[in-house]
Amino acid sequence: MSTDIVTRAPKRRLRDRLPVVHQLRQSVGLQRGMLIAGLVLTGLFILTAVFAPLIAPFGFAQLRDAEGPFGSQQAPSAEHLFGTTVGGYDVLSRVLWGAQTALFVIVIAVILSIFAGVLLGLVSGYFGGWLDRVLVVVCDAIYAFPSLLLAIVMSIVISGGQSNLWGGVFAAAISITVVFIPQYFRVIRAETVRIKAEAYVESAKVLGASSGRVMFRHVLRNATRTLPLIFTLNSSEAILTLAGLGFLGFGIEPTAAAEWGYDLNKALSDVSSGIWWTALYPGLAIVLVVLGITLVGESLNDLADPRLRGRRRVAQASGVVAETSVVPGGTLSAGPGGLSGLEDGESFDEHGIGVRS
Amino acid sequence: MRALLIIPTVFILVTLVFVLMRSTGDPITAALGGQLPPDQLAERIHAAGFDRPILVQYFEYLGQIFTGNFGTTITDNRPVTDILVKYGSATLELAFYALLVAFVVGIPLGLVAAYFRDKGQDAALRIFAILCYATPVFFAGLLLKLIFSVWLKVLPVAGRASTSAQLQMEVLPNKTGLYTIDAIMTGNPAVLGDVLAHAVLPAIALGLLTAGVFLRLVRTNVIGTLATDYVDAARSRGVSEYRLVQKHAYRPALIPIITVIGLQIALLLGGAVLTETTFEWKGLGFMLAEYLQARDFVAVQGIVALLAVIVALTNFIVDIIAALIDPRVRY
Repeated sequence: MSTDIVTRAPKRRLRDRLPVVHQLRQSVGLQRGMLIAGLVLTGLFILTAVFAPLIAPFGFAQLRDAEGPFGSQQAPSAEHLFGTTVGGYDVLSRVLWGAQTALFVIVIAVILSIFAGVLLGLVSGYFGGWLDRVLVVVCDAIYAFPSLLLAIVMSIVISGGQSNLWGGVFAAAISITVVFIPQYFRVIRAETVRIKAEAYVESAKVLGASSGRVMFRHVLRNATRTLPLIFTLNSSEAILTLAGLGFLGFGIEPTAAAEWGYDLNKALSDVSSGIWWTALYPGLAIVLVVLGITLVGESLNDLADPRLRGRRRVAQASGVVAETSVVPGGTLSAGPGGLSGLEDGESFDEHGIGVRS
Repeated sequence: MRALLIIPTVFILVTLVFVLMRSTGDPITAALGGQLPPDQLAERIHAAGFDRPILVQYFEYLGQIFTGNFGTTITDNRPVTDILVKYGSATLELAFYALLVAFVVGIPLGLVAAYFRDKGQDAALRIFAILCYATPVFFAGLLLKLIFSVWLKVLPVAGRASTSAQLQMEVLPNKTGLYTIDAIMTGNPAVLGDVLAHAVLPAIALGLLTAGVFLRLVRTNVIGTLATDYVDAARSRGVSEYRLVQKHAYRPALIPIITVIGLQIALLLGGAVLTETTFEWKGLGFMLAEYLQARDFVAVQGIVALLAVIVALTNFIVDIIAALIDPRVRY
């Protein structure tokens, strides 16, 4: 009879499988509020970044308009809503343009580190052996390093410190990438080691599939489910690292692009004389963007952990729990998620990750 | 077994810093290029041995570090070891106060958040924790400075101590470099007050960063332990929810915190660089920023290598402490 239909599980609709949409539907109450707030802030940030040239009243390096120079350290007024900096730039314009620089850096940094980290993790976890051991030790060492210091060293290597827009963006992005690679590496490697032992990988090998085919078609597609989570956590860290680099004078020249950290560095001496607008607005911009992205990441993290998920709908969603609950590689200490997955005494050895601490 | 891992970690970090820093060229050209004529430049490069094969320099560098010699700075010709000793104490002091703030703020608030789980208080505290993380330390520092030093004028703007206090501490026969201890040794309460007043804002700026992490960690772990069987058993005996959090769920939740402190040291030291620059707190981070500006890469290399070693060592020590506290953790 028609048995072939019965045995087949209904396929989940695309709408439910998209990473964020699925979690949005799963969340309740406060958690939903935080996720939505985060998504709104992040959306605003991206829109600002994309449309900065249209929204900003002036250019980021503009010192004068038709009526003459802007003047230095002017208090907020109708013409300059956020005032002007010590260098005579319009603060509002630099804050808006700064979103664009930040977005460039995030996108480049995260794409580069996903590629490098995923590839290394996959190869290392799949083949094992001495290469695996060496990579694990090296990544652990890099991971233990204060990330800002590593980013500083990298930016010296890449650009000698100062540079133009794309040079600076790439220098910052690559510096941040180096910091992030170990995180992707650890997660993907742990998943790969776990999946490698699954029956379907075995059968693919028996059927004569090449290592490359098994790695990319069978293992990779099943190992990527935690990536959106790390992605968000890393994005917020990327902004903070970029700002930290800029604050220490290792960012992008003010004439090449607007960068919030650099502006805050210039505001350092303003504050002592009571000039607040040059520091407040770029700083707030950083806080809001990081807050938004972190809220999204935080919500994804909590929704992936049944102990932390809002309690009302747990029963209904339990069918999905098996797929999303484990955060392998648990130590997402990069983000504020901290070691939330780490219960006392538990070690991650069973997931095949070297426990670092 | 775990103890052995510290050696490759330190070795890799030192090597990494060396390779990266030297891949930009020799440090003398970086620092003085353009200021000296080419022949003098070449002479100094030769005198410092930077024109020899990189491998030779690398092994020499390893040997030097092994004996505690981190080289001599190029811009002001001081032994890097002196700088590390002199300014390291300032950074140590700042890190200590910051950790203190983090504990005092983070742990009680984390307990409160776990107690009010999923209620308004919990939400507010979680937002607070995320804000702690989302606010760059230098922005927090700038705001604190603006409010408490410039507008309210209750705390000093920058530095570690006022000039008069510094003079009184300078004359001490065996000063430690830790201003709090030196100030106590002067026996003058005004000096101690001055030193502490200078430490308040930097400690808060840096401490809040870590406090947010502690808050979240305590909250998550207490919620985790509240779901365990023995807590259920206590609850069924009629123990109040408050007491459950206070007595039963609190202690086991502290163990991961100790582990995380090790990880936080890296964050804390990174933050210290920024905090010290914001408050002109003359520690390693402040000097690092100065030498970075001067492109003095020998000094930078020395400071970064030392910080890396400190982080690796702290992680190692924290591992041991965790094992001592929790009998289940055995390596």
